[in-house]
Amino acid sequence: MKIIVLVKHVPDAQLDRHLSDEDNTTDRADSILSELDEYALEAALQLTEARGGAKAGNQVIALSMGPAGAVNAIKKSLQIGATEGVHLRDDALAGSDAAATSLALAAAVRHLGADSPVDLVLTGMASTDGETSLVPAQLAERLDLPQVTFASELEVDGGRVIARRDSDTHYDTVEATLPAVVSVTDQINEPRFPNFKGIIAAKRKTITTLTLAEIGVDPAQVGKAGSWTEVKTAAARPPRTAGTIITDEGDAGIKLVDFLAAQKLL
Amino acid sequence: MAKVLVFIDNPGQALKKSSLELLTIARSLGETAVAVNGALNDDVVAALGAQGATAVFRPSSEDLDAYLIGPKAAYLAGAVAASGATTVLLENSFDGKEIAARLGIKLGAGVITDVVGVEADGTAHKSVLAGSYTTTAKATTAVSVLTVKPNSVTPEPAAAAASPEVLTVDVPGSATAGAARITGRKDKPASGRPDLTEARIVVAGGRGVDGDFGPVEELADALGAAVGASRAATDAGWIGHDAQVGQTGKTVSPQLYISAGISGAIQQKAGMQTAKVIVAVNKDAESPVFEIADFGIIGDLFQVLPQATEEIKKRKG
Repeated sequence: MKIIVLVKHVPDAQLDRHLSDEDNTTDRADSILSELDEYALEAALQLTEARGGAKAGNQVIALSMGPAGAVNAIKKSLQIGATEGVHLRDDALAGSDAAATSLALAAAVRHLGADSPVDLVLTGMASTDGETSLVPAQLAERLDLPQVTFASELEVDGGRVIARRDSDTHYDTVEATLPAVVSVTDQINEPRFPNFKGIIAAKRKTITTLTLAEIGVDPAQVGKAGSWTEVKTAAARPPRTAGTIITDEGDAGIKLVDFLAAQKLL
Repeated sequence: MAKVLVFIDNPGQALKKSSLELLTIARSLGETAVAVNGALNDDVVAALGAQGATAVFRPSSEDLDAYLIGPKAAYLAGAVAASGATTVLLENSFDGKEIAARLGIKLGAGVITDVVGVEADGTAHKSVLAGSYTTTAKATTAVSVLTVKPNSVTPEPAAAAASPEVLTVDVPGSATAGAARITGRKDKPASGRPDLTEARIVVAGGRGVDGDFGPVEELADALGAAVGASRAATDAGWIGHDAQVGQTGKTVSPQLYISAGISGAIQQKAGMQTAKVIVAVNKDAESPVFEIADFGIIGDLFQVLPQATEEIKKRKG
């Protein structure tokens, strides 16, 4: 089995995050492997381990698009268990929106499938920076593949992928033929941590760097030039300030209702 | 006059508030047409007319709900062509965003999600990085596709009603050929409470409820509110994952957010940041949630919440 897992290097959501002053793009200092991508990586490892793992020729390729620092997300993926890493890196990619990102990633997936076909492209349910959830669906559209998104359970049986998908009102069972693009939620598994053995093993694994020229993408199709949306202005939200704080002296519930009544919220 | 297309997936018997909000925004941008999927009853057609819709499109295929996303995007692309729309509005649900995503690629159109306001020239307002920034963005393409968060505008009726023409859009057979199929469906039990993402009021519980959501649910019911939860509470299995608010759960932007037993770590704050008014109840005076609360109570939620519930019931008579 050959699985590509998309991994993204994102600002740590535990810290304050910023947009840069010049061009309204995300400041990527203090970035880490997106927490939501760890579930996709774990799902890929479980699928391939059930089929004999790397020894049986299964591949889990961690693919990241991003500037120099994005290699850290790939390294972490290799430590966790991905068999190889691919870093799509080109200055022209900076500032790509979801449409331009999906174009570049689709070209990279085609490139990686040129020698042997890719069975699955696995992703997290969203990035924890942009949070749009657009890229998996756009990638499926560009590759003309079925999309199975927000999977909370996943199995591959023969040439089919079968997933459970939760919506607000029901649980669906969803089936598609391989190859497919699959995004997984944080309910699907418990991602493993890298262990000492994994960290040592990762040093011997290959990370390939790809440029736009190598995957046949014109720089004008990506980055700000190739994006179909433009961020015009960005302003830090004024920090919320604390209001009235009281200590319960036996009547705080009533004071709470008084507050709601005064705010016309009852 | 610019033409706007609103997508309403399965309108059912009556238009939801979030659909009325989309229609209200659409009228401010231009002449409104609506694309529906699923059964379309006469009352809904009349209601769409009352909202100023001049055309209502339906798919030629009745089984789009048997597939995931792709075929609905293909249908909608046909409806955009038939209506001549330059702006498409969808709801900001997971499905809405993904249909918008694929539609955007089909049309070569920029997609903007999590929109909370749209100006006449198509500039969209949104908040990013968990509410820490507000941005304006605009599609640079001929058509723009926007997904709009609930509670972004107050729904209003149209100045003049229209009698919409009902038209069918052909869905090509190829649209379903390679799509993922929904092969089984199990309905979730209905709670009777408002939908979390659309609710005007949310009462949310965290680690501090210690396994008992009773007081949170009772206060929610007294206020007609939805029930939310922090990840700690859903991971502990005290309440379904559906209730999870925050970065890996649902984003909500209600008028009022009451947080009970939630400490307010950064990711939890992310879930409540865009609420208009925040109330926090927590035993620990040092909890970061008190830094953002408009009204904070240092106290035991098992005392404070039931007392508030009783008082609300008394005042509502």
